[in-house]
Amino acid sequence: MTEINGRAQPDAAAPAIELCGISKSFGPVHANRDISMSVQRGTIHGIVGENGAGKSTLMSILYGFYRADAGEIRINGKPTQIPDSQAAIAAGIGMVHQHFKLVPNFTVLENVVLGAEEGQLLRPSLKLARSLLARLADEYELHVDPDAVVEELSVGHQQRVEILKALYRQAEILILDEPTGVLTPSEADHLFRILKSLRDEGKTIILITHKLREIMAVTESVSVMRQGEMAATVKTSQTDPETLAELMVGRKVLLRVEKKAIEAGKRILEVHNLSVTDSRGINTLKNVSFEVREGEILGIAGVAGNGQTELLEVLGGITEAEGNIRVGGKEISLVGAGSDARSRRRSGLAHVPEDRQRLGLIMDFLAWENMSFGYHNDRDCNHNRVFMDNRAMRSATAKRMRKFDIRPDTPDTQARNFSGGNQQKIVLAREIDRNPRVLVVGQPTRGVDIGAIEFIHQSILDLRQAGAAVLLVSVELDEILSLSDRVAVMFDGTIIGERQTAATDERELGLLMAGVADGGRS
Amino acid sequence: MDFATLIQILDSMLRLSAPLIFACLAGLFSERAGIFDIGLEGKMLASAFFSAAVAASTGSVWAGMACGVFASMVLAALHGAASITFRGNQLISGVAINFFASGMTALIGQNWFKLGGRTPSLSGDSRFLPLEWPLAETIGAIPLVGSVYSELLSGHTLLVYVALLAAPVSWWVLFRTRFGLRLRAVGENPEAVDTGGLSVAGLRYRATLICGLLCGLGGAYLSTGFAAGFIRDMTAGKGFIALAALIFAKWRPGYALFACLLFGLLEAIAIRFQSIEISGVGTVPLQLMQALPYILTVIILAGFVGRAIPPRAGGEPYIKER
Repeated sequence: MTEINGRAQPDAAAPAIELCGISKSFGPVHANRDISMSVQRGTIHGIVGENGAGKSTLMSILYGFYRADAGEIRINGKPTQIPDSQAAIAAGIGMVHQHFKLVPNFTVLENVVLGAEEGQLLRPSLKLARSLLARLADEYELHVDPDAVVEELSVGHQQRVEILKALYRQAEILILDEPTGVLTPSEADHLFRILKSLRDEGKTIILITHKLREIMAVTESVSVMRQGEMAATVKTSQTDPETLAELMVGRKVLLRVEKKAIEAGKRILEVHNLSVTDSRGINTLKNVSFEVREGEILGIAGVAGNGQTELLEVLGGITEAEGNIRVGGKEISLVGAGSDARSRRRSGLAHVPEDRQRLGLIMDFLAWENMSFGYHNDRDCNHNRVFMDNRAMRSATAKRMRKFDIRPDTPDTQARNFSGGNQQKIVLAREIDRNPRVLVVGQPTRGVDIGAIEFIHQSILDLRQAGAAVLLVSVELDEILSLSDRVAVMFDGTIIGERQTAATDERELGLLMAGVADGGRS
Repeated sequence: MDFATLIQILDSMLRLSAPLIFACLAGLFSERAGIFDIGLEGKMLASAFFSAAVAASTGSVWAGMACGVFASMVLAALHGAASITFRGNQLISGVAINFFASGMTALIGQNWFKLGGRTPSLSGDSRFLPLEWPLAETIGAIPLVGSVYSELLSGHTLLVYVALLAAPVSWWVLFRTRFGLRLRAVGENPEAVDTGGLSVAGLRYRATLICGLLCGLGGAYLSTGFAAGFIRDMTAGKGFIALAALIFAKWRPGYALFACLLFGLLEAIAIRFQSIEISGVGTVPLQLMQALPYILTVIILAGFVGRAIPPRAGGEPYIKER
């Protein structure tokens, strides 16, 4: 394929993409400042950076979602204007977004042709797409049933549809934004095999990720972004994760947290045969049983959507369930009165919800108000039965903000004006600082920058040190492995296996996450 | 009930269903594109008024219909601007259009014709007349089957046939053309459309304009085909019944046709049998018969007819993420 859609034949020496001095501001915020970067054809180029470092903005400019305030984009050495997505597609750029842009109740074929149809009628387009997909499937291991409805496909397959969409539009440059966040390790491996075979066909791939391990595994070169600027571009073979992390944050970062060995004490959280049936009559949790001891962290690993959300909501007192839960030996009710979140907190069980913006905070409320929710009936928040003690709540918040290094440390700031990491720290400070016996925490570092991750992990470990039982639910396997003492893997609403962290590895857990019950041991 | 009565009821069903079919398909196009429209009623009313008023003044029903459709499309564009460009609340915009249409038609009508908000009665070329199918008399002479042809199929105004054809045509457009695929996509996930390099706003505007066109035809039919002139608030909730039919039909054109025919049938029965004797119970009062379509509407809206999943992006203005 040399002549594509009338695109000029690529000049063999010129880089596939060249960005020169790209700048973009939103109001007073400089999302991108004088970014220059070049990516050679037929390579995989990684872009790393913390949340808010400007990676997504840069890619949105490249894909025509935003227009740069200044700077130039050169595709194959030729200056190119990209005012909209149509122009990006015409320039041979394809993008696989972090949140897929698929029409859920359309078939794979319909999704692939949408916007790239041949002629006014559908039938010929679908026929053409069907034959092309069959060819792409064989060429790149991109097998998907063309007549399947997208919402019934697994996330991994949906992602393949996104890649197929881009290839169908004859993309020569493929941008993938955080592609492995929703995949099992084996699905991620499959994806990387696909990417490598695409690269070998001469396609150029830009991989945006925060997982440094992936950068090291598949890329040829990597750019690091920090605070809207390009901090460095290096050859992957000449760097290491520690250096990259330091470049991202601008200071030394401990990638592994120090975990002191402590003897687990008596059972604090006992969960027995927990089952949940949702409104559609589907069992989202099936006979889940586990226990967590004092000074112990139990990690719940698994691909998102295998019952972790439901488990968190039951423990947090949001969803009703069948079964038994005991906190410190005392049975807590799972249905009706006394099964609400407030009763849970009274019994010593604190909950950091996985979706902090939906369940953890009220975004329009101030930090000190958010810092009191769930405990607003406690004595330290009230003067008497009628009046609340706002001053006490403010000063308590100010103290917690300093202790948890929350920036800005002004209690009168709206929750939405904090960064993701600081929002998470507000929720954590609220729950941890009251010394719960059990902490249930979901996705503590989702959308949180590296610097804050380190702090959050340390806070959780400190709580363990203080003798609390911690249930850590996360889709980040690295996080589970570095924090927990034991790991339970959830699959399809059940706990498919449990391992001591020290006695297992990523490969075994990955197999469990994929539903292989014995973790590939036999 | 004899066969002749049955034919009469079905005949009346077709005439009563036509405006519902137009409004229901109008809503279908709009909602499939993700724009909720409870202003169907208002648009039909505006079109009914301008169709009758212009037809009365010019003596041409075609000029009337053109103005009626234009008025309806102006309101549709207004709704589009409010909900697409200005990202307003689509329900509020729809309610506003209903109030606006109801008030303005009465006001302008009174000002122009001094008939208490009515338009003068239409006759001759200023209204749609029944179309007699060829050989209706001859075939009608055949017992039973003949009356199906001459009474039921033949003898409706043009717009009734247009309404009946509009359903399959809508299906074809939505499910067999590129435009239809894109329109359905924009109602389900506008982001997919946007990243595909298509204009979300453009598609949605086109959908609302089609909605205006169809509502306009429905309104024109009401005042120049079904009745002979405009009466204040003559749509009498038809736009809302059409919305109920749309939910009942699960946003599918074929089902929409049948849902509207069902509502039309109920209305026809209510008109034909002003009172029904049921042995042991007594007479069913007239009011109850007349209320039947509305009662069915309530039952449908209360969700007694299974789960209907609306287009996912419905009612949400599309805002490009930052």
